[in-house]
Amino acid sequence: MRKVACIGAGMTLFRRRLQETPKEMCWEAARMALDQAGLEIGDVDAVVFGSAPDAFDGIHMKGENVLDACGGIGRPYVRVFTGGGTGVFSPIAAYWHVASGLFDCVLVVNEEKMSSCQPHPQSVFGHIWDPILDRPLKPNLVWIFAMEMNRYMTVHNVRYEDVAAVAVKNKRNAVGHPCAQLADPHITVEDVMNSEVMAWPVHRLDISPPSDGASALVVCSEEFARTHRIESPVWFAGVGWNIDTTFWTDRDLYFPEYLANAAKIAYKQARITDPRRQIDFAEPYDPFDYKELHHMEGLGLCKKGEAPRLTREGVTQRDGDLPTCPSGGLLGVGNPIAATMGIKVGELYLQLSGQAGQRQIPHEVRTGVTNAWGDLMQFSSVVVMRA
Amino acid sequence: MRVGIVGVGVVPFRTVTPEYSWKEIMYEAAQRAYADAGVDPRADVGSFVTCAEDYWEGFGIFDEFTPDQLGAVLRPACTVTGDGIHGLAQAMMQIQAGLADVVVVEAHSKVSDLLTYAGVVHHAFDPIWNKPLGGHPYYVAGLEMDAYLRASRVGEKACAAVVAKNRQNALTNPRAAHGSKVTPEDVLASPPISAPLKDLDVAPLADTSIVLVLAAESRARKLAANPVWIRGVGWSSDSPWLETRSWTTAAYAAMAGKMAYAQAKIRNPAKEVEVAEIDDKFSYKEPQHLEALGLSKKGSTANAISRGDFDIGAKLPVNPSGGSIGCGNVIEASGLHRVAEVVLQLRGEAGQNQVDHPRTGLAASWRGIPTATGAVAVLGVGR
Repeated sequence: MRKVACIGAGMTLFRRRLQETPKEMCWEAARMALDQAGLEIGDVDAVVFGSAPDAFDGIHMKGENVLDACGGIGRPYVRVFTGGGTGVFSPIAAYWHVASGLFDCVLVVNEEKMSSCQPHPQSVFGHIWDPILDRPLKPNLVWIFAMEMNRYMTVHNVRYEDVAAVAVKNKRNAVGHPCAQLADPHITVEDVMNSEVMAWPVHRLDISPPSDGASALVVCSEEFARTHRIESPVWFAGVGWNIDTTFWTDRDLYFPEYLANAAKIAYKQARITDPRRQIDFAEPYDPFDYKELHHMEGLGLCKKGEAPRLTREGVTQRDGDLPTCPSGGLLGVGNPIAATMGIKVGELYLQLSGQAGQRQIPHEVRTGVTNAWGDLMQFSSVVVMRA
Repeated sequence: MRVGIVGVGVVPFRTVTPEYSWKEIMYEAAQRAYADAGVDPRADVGSFVTCAEDYWEGFGIFDEFTPDQLGAVLRPACTVTGDGIHGLAQAMMQIQAGLADVVVVEAHSKVSDLLTYAGVVHHAFDPIWNKPLGGHPYYVAGLEMDAYLRASRVGEKACAAVVAKNRQNALTNPRAAHGSKVTPEDVLASPPISAPLKDLDVAPLADTSIVLVLAAESRARKLAANPVWIRGVGWSSDSPWLETRSWTTAAYAAMAGKMAYAQAKIRNPAKEVEVAEIDDKFSYKEPQHLEALGLSKKGSTANAISRGDFDIGAKLPVNPSGGSIGCGNVIEASGLHRVAEVVLQLRGEAGQNQVDHPRTGLAASWRGIPTATGAVAVLGVGR
């Protein structure tokens, strides 16, 4: 199979961006990624777009609306959609565009604009439920994630301060990120523990902030990277994705089995048999602090229930043995759903090509893994990359 | 690596389907396709692709609601927010990339559930420049029809003849919902929607679900005696701006066709394609797409239509199934429906609508108002 590389990444500031349209944010991110790769849109054969619910932007067929800003006019353009998992899924779609042999260079653009949703983007999540079984209960995402967090903490007897430590680590890591929305060099576990309870045990600072933003990647074949003299391509080593049943109430939420399946597929392709030893750093999806722990376990980076201990012992700090969310993650940089590609696959690219600046992991890293998580706590996409 | 289609499941089109939920209609199509291909989704299928848009479904994140009824629980599955042929292309690339051996593609329409179809279409207009203008969104089709008729030698009569042909073809297609005896005069006399577009020029809506099973060459040969090969697939978009796109020619179809023909090594489509299922969500779209795809020469399409060159039994039967006008407009499932009909033709299983032993067929889709996006698949049997 053809080798596939990432050769450029771009992302906009993550903020409430009322002044810009979705098109403008897409263009900005796409331009940055092309600039980093030293390419023009004419070098691109196809475009993949990723975005989460259309209702955020309030535009039906959102992908069609922004296609000009993504360089989609006159070339094959497609939007893929796996809810919150889109941030790591659209790069996978770009991977198969190139690996299939059909295209040499593919631009991926992910965008989300949540601020135009009034009074709060959470209201869009009122329409993601089974209309008969769930919707009459008027649930919201914080409510169901609180159930998952509680289940996880109960099964493994996890202390809340060990979960809060993840929020502290990521918000501090985000200090070096130029796009960050909630970086805080002085935040402490007490700050998180004393923040407002949203739905017990979820506190306000356990949650990543809604945001607006866009990110982009340039993905190409080995030959394209060589002929265009790309200096430090980063290679896709394995990809995987998996979905569980819609009936989330029928599952034991303490462990993400769908993620373990997705990781198994990706690791098989990447020839990884012992992820804890063979993977140097991770960017697990962290929209809530407990999700980083949950995803580390799903990714097989530690045993079930072991992630809080690794966090407490500093193993997941940027200078630890298994740096985790060195970007600052969604908790620190922000959570414009699909656009988090920039801090997940984008961060793998920057770290592995040595371009992460202030956020660069101090020791040498050669293999990284990332995942995103979406739908009704049921989907995960996984990408393993190598320098 | 060649990719073959080894299973087809189509739920017959109906104007309303109150006895089915969206899950049940998907389940029905999936069951038919899996039985046709002889596969167990839980053991044999490596990946599932659903083509859906949130607004059509009435959900945020419709992707959540896809796995159970397809047998995709705890397996790789995703949504492509595009036409069925966009989904087909992704499935084909997944196989060629070595990510899966067998991939399932699903697309459906439960458009009868929509209380405000026009309102949903309206939400796809640019929110700043076009949506505030109001009006029924089909005015865009009226404007485009007017531009196309002026630029080509195709007249309203030729468009009316397309409607009569497709409605007639649908009468003998057991999967069609809108077959009827309609004369071109009936079409011309039907009430105007947005001049020159008239009521009968518009494909009426319908519900369905379509599932196809795709397999890598070696698997396809084991699963089917006569797999239908995807010889080429292309997809492309013109400008999303109404103000800057081509109104007279379907540029997206021309670009998508070029890409698919290059893969299929087709130099002269008008001679090599033996059966075509082409987007006809509005009557004028059929001749416009035929010209863009090189299946009919610009300037001679109207004569070809009046001679019956695109009828069943002629050299290039177009929409022998009845197309969207005869079967029904099934929104994102339209492209996959066209592929399914071509597969049945190439297998010789199209019943009374069977074309004489075709070996190469073409399916072309358009995502509808207000997009300028389309996709093309070239299919073949034999070597």
